[in-house]
Amino acid sequence: MTAGLWQNWVLPGIWITVQLLVYSAALAGVVAFAVGMARTHRSRFVRFLAGFYTEIFRGTSALILMFWLFFVLPPLLGWQLVPMWAAVLALGLSYGAYGAEIVRGALNSVAPAQREAGVALSFTPWQRMRLILLPQAVPEMLPPFCNLLVELLKGTALVSLLGVGDVSFAAYLVRLATQESAQIYTISLVIYFVLAFGITRSMKAFEKKAKSNIGVAISGGGAK
Amino acid sequence: MNWDWSAVADFMPRFWDGVLITLQILVLGSLISFTLGLVWAIGFRAPTRFVRWPVNLVTEFIRTTPLLVQLFFLFFVLPEWGVQFSALTTGTIAIGLHYSTYTAQVYRAGIEAVPAGQWEAATALSLPAHRTWFAVILPQAIRRITPALGNYVIAMLKDTPLLAAIGVLEMLQQSRLESASTFQYTEPLTVIGIAFILIAYPASLLVRTLERRLVR
Repeated sequence: MTAGLWQNWVLPGIWITVQLLVYSAALAGVVAFAVGMARTHRSRFVRFLAGFYTEIFRGTSALILMFWLFFVLPPLLGWQLVPMWAAVLALGLSYGAYGAEIVRGALNSVAPAQREAGVALSFTPWQRMRLILLPQAVPEMLPPFCNLLVELLKGTALVSLLGVGDVSFAAYLVRLATQESAQIYTISLVIYFVLAFGITRSMKAFEKKAKSNIGVAISGGGAK
Repeated sequence: MNWDWSAVADFMPRFWDGVLITLQILVLGSLISFTLGLVWAIGFRAPTRFVRWPVNLVTEFIRTTPLLVQLFFLFFVLPEWGVQFSALTTGTIAIGLHYSTYTAQVYRAGIEAVPAGQWEAATALSLPAHRTWFAVILPQAIRRITPALGNYVIAMLKDTPLLAAIGVLEMLQQSRLESASTFQYTEPLTVIGIAFILIAYPASLLVRTLERRLVR
């Protein structure tokens, strides 16, 4: 592979993959917390809506959602999403639905006495959430969120099918230019592997910090 | 809104073809991932680290890299190595291989949950290794992990549209062909989107029921 291809396609491709990861992880995080907390809401109706959202977005394929946002939404609404944002929206909404289950599980795993103590101190529901439940639930969420983030990284490869110039798209172009399939696809797989390794390492450090903040030691082995 | 029911009706023959291919990929892909996953899982517990270490590295690598890129790798590189498969076969192998690294983790957890006394009992009876695995350990492990395996079958279902990228005629590819010939994008894509939800949701309810029955 020549240096020109590396500089013009592969390096920008890595940058676009990282951007996609950051934007869609941010969106997925917001969706996960909003929907996950709504699933523990007092009102049956709110719980139903949140549950409905999760089932719909977990039920369909992220790629089909992406194509749908890109090809079907424009004629319906009369405006077109930039491929990059269609991708971020699709990834954020569907991985957010998976994240919502993590948030719900972690909130439910906080000891019931903690919630009751909050009631006894006549905290408002929002104060209970913010001051009692979330601080204890968040460290619980980190290992599954780490897995989800790696899944999201892998999901970003789908955007190449919309023509967004990420690592996978760069690999495709370089293959067309050089015909060296084995080389370029091995390199791009290694790039994803290294990015994923970076994610797991930093999440591990983050988890350690979050757990020590509430006085819990990190369990050995752990996050895979 | 310009929803056109006749476009839905026109899409139906192609849609059913796509459903059949999707199910075929799913069945064969599951078989590959269940068997290969078991091979990896036994590899994790091999007596020598010269087996354990490479097995760990390879499965970790496959698991943390995108299926789409693996798909292209197999599709473009296998022919260079003189191995010619159809797109459908290549895709099924790719998806089976990818998910085998997930099922391997599931098997690993199931095997680790079998009490150590069972291993010791097998040793005490001086059972050969294959009898220890297939008559003592696995029957106990598999019951526990059936729901988790089921979840990965559902996940695999939702990844089958990726095979459209190499031209496999599953549901997404059928909808793209339909759109290419009729210029109707809305109906075919929406139909397959809903079809996925209609298959995946009851399937996940089934897995939850199994979970309640088998894991306790």
